[in-house]
Order: sequence, then structure tokens, then C-alpha cells
Amino acid sequence: MAYNGHQREDEASDDGETPTKQLRSVKEMPGYLRNDTENEAATPGGSATSDRPTSNSTARHRMDSGKKSRPPFPWFGMDIGGTLVKLVYFEPKDITAEEEQEEVENLKSIRRYLTSNIAYGKTGIRDVHLELQDLTMCGRTGNLHFIRFPTHDLPAFLQMGRNKHFSSLHTTLCATGGGAYKFESDFRTMADLQLHKLDELDCLIRGVLYIDSVVSSGPSECYYFENPTDPERCVQRPYTLENPYPLLLVNIGSGVSILAVYSENNYKRVTGTSLGGGTFLGLCCLLTGCSTFEEALEMASQGESTRVDKLVRDIYGGDYERFGLPGWAVASSFGNMMFKEKRESVSKEDLARATLVTITNNIGSITRMCALNEKIERVVFVGNFLRVNTLSMKLLAYAMDYWSKGQLKALFLRHEGYFGAVGALLELLNPS
Amino acid sequence: MAECVRVEGSSHSMDKSITLPPDEIFRNLENAKRFAIDIGGSLTKLAYYSTVQHKVAKVRSFDHTAKEVPSDKLYEISVQEEITARLHFIKFENAYIETCLDFIKDHLVNTETKVIKATGGGAHKFKDLIEKKLGLKVDKEDEMTCLIKGCNFVLKNIPHEAFVYAKHADSEFRFQNTHPDIFPYLLVNIGSGVSIVKVESEDKFERIGGSSIGGGTFWGLGALLTKTKRFDELLQLASKGQHTSVDMLVKDIYGGSYGSLGLTGDLIASSFGKSATADKDFSKEDMAKSLLHMISNDIGQLACLYAKLHNLSRVYFGGFFIRGHPVTMHTITYSINFFTKGEVQALFLRHEGYLGAIGAFLKGAEEDNPNQYSWGENYAGSSGLMSVSPDINPMQRARSGTFPFDMLEMDRLERQLVNLPLLQDASSYIPDTVDLTEDALAREYWLSCFEEALDGVVKRAVASQPDIPEAAERAEKFRQKYRHKLQTLRHQPFAYGSLTVRSLLDTREHCLNEFNFPDPYSKIKQRENDVALKYYQKAVKSLEELSWEERQFALVRGVLAGNVFDWGAKAVSDVLESDPEFGFEEAKRQLQERPWLVDAYDQWIERLKGPPHKCALFFVDNSGMDIILGVMPFVRELLCRGTEVVLASNSGPALNDVTNGELQILTERIAAMDPVIQSGLKEDRLTLVQSGSSSPCLDLSRLDKVLAMVVRERQTDLVIIEGMGRAIHTNYYAMLTCESLKMAVIKNSWLADRLGGKLFSVVFKYEDPTRKPSKDTVALTPS
Repeated sequence: MAYNGHQREDEASDDGETPTKQLRSVKEMPGYLRNDTENEAATPGGSATSDRPTSNSTARHRMDSGKKSRPPFPWFGMDIGGTLVKLVYFEPKDITAEEEQEEVENLKSIRRYLTSNIAYGKTGIRDVHLELQDLTMCGRTGNLHFIRFPTHDLPAFLQMGRNKHFSSLHTTLCATGGGAYKFESDFRTMADLQLHKLDELDCLIRGVLYIDSVVSSGPSECYYFENPTDPERCVQRPYTLENPYPLLLVNIGSGVSILAVYSENNYKRVTGTSLGGGTFLGLCCLLTGCSTFEEALEMASQGESTRVDKLVRDIYGGDYERFGLPGWAVASSFGNMMFKEKRESVSKEDLARATLVTITNNIGSITRMCALNEKIERVVFVGNFLRVNTLSMKLLAYAMDYWSKGQLKALFLRHEGYFGAVGALLELLNPS
Repeated sequence: MAECVRVEGSSHSMDKSITLPPDEIFRNLENAKRFAIDIGGSLTKLAYYSTVQHKVAKVRSFDHTAKEVPSDKLYEISVQEEITARLHFIKFENAYIETCLDFIKDHLVNTETKVIKATGGGAHKFKDLIEKKLGLKVDKEDEMTCLIKGCNFVLKNIPHEAFVYAKHADSEFRFQNTHPDIFPYLLVNIGSGVSIVKVESEDKFERIGGSSIGGGTFWGLGALLTKTKRFDELLQLASKGQHTSVDMLVKDIYGGSYGSLGLTGDLIASSFGKSATADKDFSKEDMAKSLLHMISNDIGQLACLYAKLHNLSRVYFGGFFIRGHPVTMHTITYSINFFTKGEVQALFLRHEGYLGAIGAFLKGAEEDNPNQYSWGENYAGSSGLMSVSPDINPMQRARSGTFPFDMLEMDRLERQLVNLPLLQDASSYIPDTVDLTEDALAREYWLSCFEEALDGVVKRAVASQPDIPEAAERAEKFRQKYRHKLQTLRHQPFAYGSLTVRSLLDTREHCLNEFNFPDPYSKIKQRENDVALKYYQKAVKSLEELSWEERQFALVRGVLAGNVFDWGAKAVSDVLESDPEFGFEEAKRQLQERPWLVDAYDQWIERLKGPPHKCALFFVDNSGMDIILGVMPFVRELLCRGTEVVLASNSGPALNDVTNGELQILTERIAAMDPVIQSGLKEDRLTLVQSGSSSPCLDLSRLDKVLAMVVRERQTDLVIIEGMGRAIHTNYYAMLTCESLKMAVIKNSWLADRLGGKLFSVVFKYEDPTRKPSKDTVALTPS
């Protein structure tokens, strides 16, 4: 399956040149920018520093010597989730000859291994299309790489770290996500590595704000779907996330967390749901026998959910006008599957599609209620459930727009699943 | 989304071998009119209105000017036929619909009926069949409108309709008080999909949201995952499963809890999350359980978000997903508790399955103005909570060789019932002192007590109709019916709401009425009244000879001694049966000496030394000695003090309690002997009102509207409640806005024992809300 991002046309080109040009031209269209460009300098979240009261005292102690002192290479940020491990790696491109001389062999080998491959082992993948080039972090210029592998392959990763004598580099490994807690002792015993654990929501928000602020060239980080309720005219458009607050941040990983963000340092977790990406894949595996997310999505793209779901029109013959329900709305997800003959007539693809639609619509529905309760009109969806999943993104865009009568806007970010890892890296470079 | 599911594979053909017993199902069809039917996915609910002929005992004063009837009787008792209105609701499986329609056609006499109101997802499917069989035009009504109308009706008319479900508590069902204002509320109807409806008033409601993940998703997805076809079987699978092997929990990701967010390790992070990563087979039970949790949590979460957005705290759940299933009630309750941190409680309804039928019926009966009346659940004719579920009540299914059905009958009450305006907080008022659904020891005692008393009740019922040969046969039927009720209540104490001494007494009255024993005590009451009247003047005279202090004490002792005469209490009925001469003086000697078990007498006397009360409301108890020699002299004293008196007595008969009809005659008779009473009546300072009740107990939240009006007009500042039924079993803890006096003699040795007293212990509780509560209060519930 494709290892890269949401834009299928990207597959041919490594650096996304073509879409960049397309998007730039769009960006220049009148009426696109809602905020004055003058404000660009004041883009919020440009600096990753914050004086948020967090409990990362260990990190602070280690780097007592002040902000100018940089941590030693390698620079990693890690997010160990329920299904996937997300790893960001900063590859310095401004290494002087002197530095090169001093660089220990282990470090060199790690850098070479990570940057010269796009796949690691059977399941590790570098999302090349997401790579951020010529990025300046902490006074150094280089490329930021985005790598992922399944959480159940973490032991292999630790073995590799051990083989490459990672621990001899005396680096701090900043990690977030539940796995940072669950596997802390494995890191210590298997790879002799001490993890610096970070809160996943802190990291997520920090990462989102940072990436949005540094991506200035290439495809816009933030985008939305224009005409979401009209499939014919529905197109992806770049969006400038200026003055982003307040915003609702919906992170769809294995499960879902919904955060209301009022400023970089002020946010709350509104709620969450256990019906997330893990549910989609889990149910698809059980219903269709597939085994990967990509497989499940591929099937879903070929299926028809209306054979599985019971629609309003299946019950009322058309719209249920008394309550303003359109005939096409789903009345009961999997409702047709109550009947034997219908169970026998659906395909695996139909079931995969229905699962995707059910999970996606439910997330949309809960999100919309949270937005109303919190009085927030902008919603940013992130998380790896949306990776190569244009189907769900368009559905979410549609649902937000339709049920709110145009009040709510669904926004998406290109680096959808990596923000937690980026936040962890920022913590290494600029401890809060 | 509305309920629209058909049971898979069930044939709708009739089973000709079934014969229906007409005295058990579809009763009173001869007078039936205004039919309504609600056909759901698997169950049909039929509703109709009928009139029931009841025998009622009436008392009438003899015309004493007429010379030809020199009778020694006080008044004449006649049994008359009275016609009352009753609503019938019957629930049965769709498979029996044709049998039922045939039966109705054969027994329907009334030909005025031209239409039948229909609702529910299955209504269109059976339209032709109904029209063909019954010759009635099917008139479809909107499902949601019917549901809401029905919901409003049961919430308003059935005490203990709503309950909270607590799986692991001593009693799984905690019934809620009927709030004086039922609006606004949220109704979450979980059919194949979910509809969330905000109800603001009788006519104003709005579907504010919903979800496609509902009962159909559980059923459909469950069938795909487990190859199990039936909804009930899926629920059974789920109740046996372990969701933790399928779901990814917080601890699967974190290794423990996610402390900073307060998410415990056992929370589900991702439903079915493990089935994506683990390469293994999952058991049907575990998958069904995981699915049940996923759907219940999701619905609960959405319900909470809607409740929060609309600022609603009362959320009722219904629909086929819920309908009496302990499994889903538990998971929904859990979800609501989790998402609101206990701020909102999930509420369920005892008659949830009938809402659509009730609503459709009400739509068709608008010209009868059913909403203008108060209605009461008839315990004799209703089968109680969940009796249709075969798992829970196999008894019902096996009964009488017919198919399982469930019934609800409601009687139209002659009077509109309202709250006593003097209740401190009508919304938290609970009439009953002990909830027998929670107190297992007390439940065991009272159920046995009522069972043991049954022989005596049957005997007395027969004796009350000596000239009617078939009385013995009816009395036997009564015995069977009431014994069956008691058995049901042993297994399901929550079948009719909270089980209380009051509900046991009321159920017995309903059963007696059902078999035309309207007033088994009428003759006994008459005799006692007669005897007592002869002593009245003597009693008053001896009281007048006493000093003020002595007289006050004698008056209180008189009320208490009179209260010993109570046929409702077993100990007393034993003595009275064997020795009818048991006299008033004898009763006084039986009374406990002061200090009494609860003794606020000194405070009461202190109060009497102050200014007189403006108006006293007196809830009276028994006939005979009690009313004539106990209550009347007390009333007389109040009148003399300048206090107006309102005497509230039962509208209909219950045990030997004096009824309003009897009291009218007695008061006239006393007035003829006593100028104080005479002038009290004449000057309108003594008023007789009916309570609106026919129970030996007293529910201050359901009283005659006229009584409430009089209480308000007279600026009542003292409420006197006498007797075990009204002041001990009920209202012992009732908080009023004015002074109150609760007087009773404990005539039950078990209860006396429990309270740390002896038989004939005295409770004399005087409360003044402006003062600190009396320290003499004895807790009537074991702590």
C-alpha cells in the first residue's frame, strides 16, 4: 500500500512539487485569506516555548545550562500510541567538517540508516511526503523526518536501539503517548534507555501549533473541503490557521480525544469516545478478515454502505418531515443486518464501508455536540485514522457542515498523526 | 429513530388451538370503545376504553319523620351499581395478533366504534388484516407524538412510574417520586436507531437529535459477528461475556491509568481495539459484550451531551433496546453515571412498552377529555413490571394454557387529585415510611402477615353478603387473585413500584372490588357507629366535668383509645371477633402509660396554652368509637377554642374506616345532640370534605382538589393525622409547612417490637416547623 499521504496524486513525486504549485496558485485567489496577511508575523504558536506548569522537572534539570545550550544529537520525538508508534527525527544538514569529524560512529550510522531508507524492517515506514526540509530548530538547520511503525513491533525497535548502541549517545529520549508509560521499563531493560515521559495532550497541542507555524512553503498544512455537501464540487482547499482560538481539536487514533483549546497553554479535554480508528479496523478485521488499515480502507472505498445500513427512507419511504430528517440519513447503522436475507446479500466491501461510515459519522456527531456545548465553531481533526482516508475526511466535512447548517467548519492537517511526536521533540529542544 | 423492527423468522400466523379466557384477557369488551393499537417489532399493544359496572355500598339517612319505619339502625346501607371508566392495555407477541383480532370481533358488542387508531412500525403491515377482521378503519398516528403523549400520561398518573436501576444495590429498582411538574424532560428512545426528544409541555416537544447507532446496530452487527439471530439471545450472550479481551483498555495502552486526566486503567480506550491487533479468535460472548458496551456508552454519551446543551436533568430511556432488559438498563445507567459524574440519573419507566398504545388511544379519545381526570393504576387488573419477559417470569408463561400477555388497567378516578398545599417540598415527599423493596426483613414479615390474614378477609367478605349465594364463590376467586399477587410480590417486590404496606393494603382493596365486595365492613361499621353514638353524650359530659389540664389529656387518650378499634390490625381483630363487648374503657386501659414511645404531649399542651389555631385539618380513621368518642370530642374542644375544623374522610370504603358518606350522617346525628357541633356546622366552622382516597393509608400528594382548595381558603395551620395507616405506615416523616399532630397506637406486635415498644404503644408526635424538631422522634426504619 501507499506509504504516503492523503493526496494520491503525490505518489509519483517525492517532494510534492506539483501539488505545491497548484496550491500556491489557489492561495493567491481573492477571497481565500480571511485574515490580513500583516498578521502573519504574529502567528500564534510560532515559538514552542511556554511556561505551562507541567511536571517535566527531569528534563529541566538535565538542560540547566540555559536555552542556548542545545541537547546533543540525535534529536528524536516519540509518540507510542495504542496501535502505532510515531517517531520524528531531526536530521541536521548544517554539520560542519569539524562536527563531522567529532561525530561518533553510532550517531552517524543512525542518521544514515534513517535517512537513506524509506522502510524499516517489515512494518516501519518513513512518510517521505511529509518530510519538512530546511527547517531551523534550535539554531540548527536540517530536515524533519516522520516515521511510524506498529506498536506491537516496539520490541524489534528496542532490539535495533540496543544493536546500534543508542544508549551510548547519552541522549534524552522524549516520549509521549500511553506507551511511554507502559513500555518505560522495557526501554530501560532492553535498550538501556531512560525515557522522558510527556503528557500526550500537551505534546499534541504543542506539535499542532508548531507545525502549523513553520510550514510556509509547500502544500498548506491546514486545509478544508469546499462545498462539502456537493460531491461534484467538493474540493480540498488550503486554510490559514491564523487566530486559531478557540478551536476544537479532535484526535482520532485508536480511540478519540476531543480537546477545547483556548490558547497554547489553556486547553481542556472535553470528552472522548472509544469508537475510533481501532474500532474501525477491529470490526473490519472481524467482519471481512482483512488485517491492515490500508486493506480495510481499500475495501471500504469499493463498498456501498446503504445495503448494510437502514436509512430513513427505508422506514418512511422518503424524508421524515415531521422531524426534518432527510430520506438519505442513516436511521440505523447496520440496521439491515437484522434480517437474514440481507445479511446474505452484502459484500465484505459493503461491510467495510458501513463500518467506516458508522464510526466516522459518530465521531462527527459527538464532535458537533461538543462544539455546541463549548460554543466553538472551528474544528481541527487530526490523528492517524485520517491517514489516506479522504473518505472519512469528506464525510466529516459534510456532517459538520450539514447538521450545523454551515455553522461549523471541519479543518484537517497534513501531518495528521505526528503532532504528539513533534511535541515530544519540542520538549527536548525547548523544555517547558 | 422510531422502532421499526420485525422479529426475524417469527410467523404471524395464528395458532387456532389457543382459546382465550375472557375473564383474564381483553376484559370488559362488551362496553369497549375507542380502540388503539401499537404494533412494534415483536410486540403488539392494544388499548381500549370500557365502562365497568361496580357494586358500591351507599349509605342513606333514614327519613326519621316517617312514622312507619321504626328502625334501630342509624342509616340505611344499599348496594348500588355504579359505572366507572377504565382503560385497558394488553401486550402480546405479534404472532398472536390474528387470534386476538378474532377474539375481539367475537366479543365486541358496541357498534358505535368505527375507527381504530394505529401506530408503530408494524401498523402498516397489519393494516389490511385489522380492517378486514374488525371492520374498523385504521387511522395512523405519528409514532413519536403517541410516544410522548403516553409518556406524559403515565408520568402524571402513575406514582412510582419512573425508576433508577442499580444492578448491585439491595434493591435493583429505586422508584422515583412523581414530581408535581413533569416537564421539561428528555426522552431517549432506543429503537433500531436512537431519537432524542425534548418535551417541554403537553403539546410541545421537539426531536433535538439522535443517532444511527442504536438497537438495530447491536442486533445487526451482533448477528454478523456472532451468527446469533435473535435480539434476546444476543443480550444473553453479552451478559456472559468479557469485553476486556476484545476492547483496548486505557491500561492496555498506558500499562495502568492515565492519571493526569483521571482516566482509570479499566476504561475502554478503543472498542474492538484488540481485534485489530491480536491474531486470534474471539468468543461470541466477548464480542457481544464489547458491542453492548460500545453502543450503550455511545448512546449514554450523546444523551448527556444533549441533556447538557439543553440544560435538562431528567432523562428517560425507552425503546426495544431497553424494554425491561436488566442488561441494557445496567449498561446505559453506567454510561450516564460515567459521563455526567453522577449529576444526571438514567430513568426508566415501568410502563415504557405501553407508551405508544396509550398515546394513540389518547389521540382517539380526545373528546372524552382523558387528560382532565386523574387516573389510578388498578393493581388487581395490572400485571406489573416485566411480567412479559419469559426469562424473568416463567410462571406467567405457563399460566392457564394461553399465550403470555401483559396487562395494564387504569381506573378513572371520580375526583381530580392534587398535592396537599401544606407539604414542605412536594417533589421530595414520600408517603410511605418503609420501602419494603429495600427492607427485606420487613417485606418478609408483611407479606406473611397479609397472607395469614387472607382467611379472615375472605370470611368477612362472605359474611358481608349473607343473602347472595354465589358470594362464597367470588370470595374464593378473590382469595386466589390476592394470593397470586402476594406470590408475585415475593418474587418481584418491585412489580408495582415500591412495595409498601400501603400498596399491599390497596392491592387488597382493588382485588375485593374486582370481585364485587365493595364494602365488607359496612354492617360492622354501622353497628359500631350505633353503639358509640349512644355513649356520645355521656362521654362529652364526663369530659366537661374535668379541669382544663385533665380534659386535654383525656381528649388525647380518647382519640388514642378510639384508635385501638381497628379491624385492619390483626391483634385487634382477634379480640373483637371473640369479644364484641370490648369497650371504650377497656381500650383506654390497654393504652401505654406515659411516657409514650413517642411523646410530645408536653409540647402540645404548652402550645394549647397559647393562641388558638386558625383552622385544623383532621384526617380521620376508623368508624365507631374512634370517630364518635375519640375524634368528635377532640373536634368539639377545638371548635370551643375558636379553631375551625375540616374533617377529611375517605371518599370510598376501606376496611372499617369511616367514609365521607357515613361521616355526614354521623355528624348530623351528633349535631342533633350537641349544640357545639350544631353551631359549628351551621356557622361553617366545621366542614366535612372527602380525601379523594379509598385507602387505609394516606398519600398527601394525591388528594381531592376540593380539599386542597378548602385548606388554602381556611388558612389551615394545624394538620392532625390519626391511625397506624395514615400516621405510621405513611406520613410519619412527612414534613409540613404548618404545625402537625400525628397520633397512633401500635397495634402490631412485630412493628412494636421493631420500634422498641410493646403492643398498644403510643405514638404522639407534635411538630412545629418554626421550632427545632422534637427529640422524641423514633426512627421507624432500622438504621
